[in-house]
Amino acid sequence: MSKSIAVIDYGMGNLRSVSKAIEHVAGAGDQVHVTDNPELILNADRVVFPGQGAARDCMAAISDHHLNRAVLEAAKTKPFLGICMGMQVLMSFSEENQGTPLMGLFEGQVRHFPESRDADGNRLKIPQMGWNQVRQTLDHPLWEGIDDETRFYFVHSYYIDPDDRELVAGTTDYGIPFTSVIARDNLFATQFHPEKSADAGLRLLQNFVNWDS
Amino acid sequence: MLAKRIIPCLDVDAGRVVKGVQFVDIRDAGDPVEVARRYNREGADEITFLDITASSDDRETIVHVVEQVASEVFIPLTVGGGIRKADDVRRMLNAGADKVAINTAAVFNPEFVKEATTRFGSQCIVVAIDAKRTSAEGEPDKWEIFTHGGRKPTGLDAIEWAKKMVEYGAGEILLTSMDRDGTKIGFDLALTRAISDAVTVPVIASGGVGNLQHLVDGVVQGGADAVLAASIFHFAEYSIEEAKQFMADQGVEVRL
Repeated sequence: MSKSIAVIDYGMGNLRSVSKAIEHVAGAGDQVHVTDNPELILNADRVVFPGQGAARDCMAAISDHHLNRAVLEAAKTKPFLGICMGMQVLMSFSEENQGTPLMGLFEGQVRHFPESRDADGNRLKIPQMGWNQVRQTLDHPLWEGIDDETRFYFVHSYYIDPDDRELVAGTTDYGIPFTSVIARDNLFATQFHPEKSADAGLRLLQNFVNWDS
Repeated sequence: MLAKRIIPCLDVDAGRVVKGVQFVDIRDAGDPVEVARRYNREGADEITFLDITASSDDRETIVHVVEQVASEVFIPLTVGGGIRKADDVRRMLNAGADKVAINTAAVFNPEFVKEATTRFGSQCIVVAIDAKRTSAEGEPDKWEIFTHGGRKPTGLDAIEWAKKMVEYGAGEILLTSMDRDGTKIGFDLALTRAISDAVTVPVIASGGVGNLQHLVDGVVQGGADAVLAASIFHFAEYSIEEAKQFMADQGVEVRL
């Protein structure tokens, strides 16, 4: 059966790569809509919530586009994939921009990476930019066909720290171990960019498109 | 652990790869899409396109190149060359680029870097720095920013400049040694180390790679977070796979 997939566009970051990657793995009859229309989002079979940029700007953009309710509703009712800032804003509070209240779907903080050094004494750069390993801490349909410790592409300076550790579906080390993936019911969200993570990322997106949560 | 990145760079002139790419298994080695496809297959961590198109009439072609590559190669893409205003950044991002490298425009109008990072986010703004050693033998190391392919000095100190660009929001520094570019004798490691230690954001080392040991040196001695090379990959002297395996054997964390 053909599916409709909404990619939520609230003006934060470049969505072309997200929509292109999903089109690449979706079935021939599937429709990918890049949209800020709450109705289209609520009527879609599944929803992708990407995002880039600063926490305060993202929250302002979500509010300006009147998307708060549609995002929260979709996150509770249909296959939902958060990516990068689209995961972070689901938490309750971010340290970014001198403190920013977030959407609060999940209790937990978004924190800045602490200063740290690698084994050779080099300072770890912020943002973390590049390919890092994800430890799968949960069996999940979206991990199907993807080896544990597979590398995905990350670009971020902040990481999430959810209160409820049972949300955690993947962890990654960057100076400290941090939560790189969460999952609950129909929701899956990643700090990394599956749309930029070559074959492993495409597999994850394909798993999402086929996921019957 | 985060892997060190290997980034092949393609010089594109009016939509064609220049500085000769030689692959026996590629039908059209001048086609940036075919070359990008191959690098992706070999495991490139990112791909950088440097648009060197001189005529403004042909400048639109790079947009089409990026569009085509972005619809089938799903790794980060950076585009540099001729990025002078916010609209240029927007066009590249809309075409499917993930990052845009600003070079000369940053030198002549540093505020542009601020504007671009505020508008599009630091994560997609790379500042490209072309530096040349200006200290004589025996003097303390000093490098200056040069423009016009290394011909015009600006009087700007490279380390101070890099710090300023990061303050202005640059998410990454693409550092090219104009002394080494094209020489194949290796990166300027002292320059790479000096910049890498001076800034908090990732540094991509560029200019001078002639063999695989140079890539290792850039990371281990230079402290680079990523290494960029053109000719050693274009002429199929080494594949990206070979480069990564070599680096891994030397203890460098890479994505295999």
